[in-house]
Amino acid sequence: MIAAVTSLGGIGLLAALALGAAARKFAVEVDQRESAIIDVLSGANCGACGYPGCGAYAKAVVEDGVSPSLCTPGGQGTVEAIARIMGVEAEAAVPQVAVVRCQGDNRKAKEKYRYLGLADCNAAQKLADGPKACPGGCLGLGSCERACPFGAIEMTADGLAVISREKCTGCRKCVAVCPRQVIAMAPREATVHVLCNSHDKGAAVRKYCEVGCIACQICRKTAPEAYVIEDFLARVVYEHHEQAGPGVEKCPTRCIRDFRQGYPEGSSFRAPGTDVSSDVDAGANEKVAG
Amino acid sequence: MVELVLILISAIFVNNFVLARFLGICPFLGVSKKVDTALGMGMAVTFVMTVAAVVTWLIQYFILVPFNIEYLQTIAFILVIASLVQLVEMAVQKLSPVLYQALGIFLPLITTNCAVLGLAVLNIQKSYSFLESVVFAIGAALGFTLAMVLFAGLRERIDLCPVPRSFRGTAIALVTAGLLSLAFMGFAGLVKG
Repeated sequence: MIAAVTSLGGIGLLAALALGAAARKFAVEVDQRESAIIDVLSGANCGACGYPGCGAYAKAVVEDGVSPSLCTPGGQGTVEAIARIMGVEAEAAVPQVAVVRCQGDNRKAKEKYRYLGLADCNAAQKLADGPKACPGGCLGLGSCERACPFGAIEMTADGLAVISREKCTGCRKCVAVCPRQVIAMAPREATVHVLCNSHDKGAAVRKYCEVGCIACQICRKTAPEAYVIEDFLARVVYEHHEQAGPGVEKCPTRCIRDFRQGYPEGSSFRAPGTDVSSDVDAGANEKVAG
Repeated sequence: MVELVLILISAIFVNNFVLARFLGICPFLGVSKKVDTALGMGMAVTFVMTVAAVVTWLIQYFILVPFNIEYLQTIAFILVIASLVQLVEMAVQKLSPVLYQALGIFLPLITTNCAVLGLAVLNIQKSYSFLESVVFAIGAALGFTLAMVLFAGLRERIDLCPVPRSFRGTAIALVTAGLLSLAFMGFAGLVKG
């Protein structure tokens, strides 16, 4: 009994002393600020900052003086906390959300051919540049939905990706995975967006999509500050996004949408404050029963 | 001398710890996605195994047996192995931060790696002498590293293959591990023991 206790205790004591000595010898200098930054970061390791994980970003901030405002999921609070730790002025981080710039689902946009391959947008895009007749439209096979770590993307029954503005953290993983760059980042506070990604001329767009931008200039004439037409495609100038509202009603193809009035049809997402029963999409096709 | 060579060959090929005894499956599946991390893990395990074999042998024959407290074998061995792993972890963190990042949680998991404890216990069960224990430990660790690196090489290739969706990830890894184990069955009977 005594032998058992002393021998085991002795072994333990020796091991503890040896480890204590080793800990001193192998001590790794970690910058205090680095561990402090890791504590304030959200810990999602989402990669929105462009670094492989929160730890790597914290290291980059401390050692290379990288901007403290790259953590989108953390938001403004995190930016300020990091700035306090680093002792620099906090820059205003504009929180961003991802927007699917397309409403051309299978009922509104024509297909070049019937695609029967892997249910993956990148695979489909490799086959004659994808089944959609529109070169920039959403292929609807859900690669972005699978890439989203936050469940912020859903595919509608008609094959269109819709991103929930409430759930999106701005991590850009969907932007990276989309083979057609349909998804783009936009400031979170901007609710009006041109939901089209086709740079074809208006006549061509009309042939294959009911809700495509035909670059008719009407939105720009309605709100010259808020819209710009580039390469046959209108887009909202986000610095003046609050003036973009009138363009929504005026757009003849209804490709400009204000997310405060709800999400594209077929989506189960609801914008805050919109009534579930009211269908805001005036140009909505009648749903085919069955 | 022939004895020692036979023990070495047996531990590496015939009674490979991972593929024949099925010890240490956790790191075998967890850290075998890339060849270089597999190699790093193999090195860490090699160090831990060799030192553990030495220390546990000494503890068994100079403390436990003289005091008649062999029933404390398991707890004493685990204590030693856990301390050794802590030591390795500190060393790796200092000497190779990249490897430390890559091994992640699996480094402390060597503590509870049955391959290390299994080796220490087998040494006692087989009544190996001190030298034989050390050779057996080196052989077992080399066998572990060999299995890890082979498996990691296979997995790197599998990553580039069109694996059916239901098989992706762990499923295909386990099937592959089984096939690799079958391949090593070819060594059976080469050495007795």
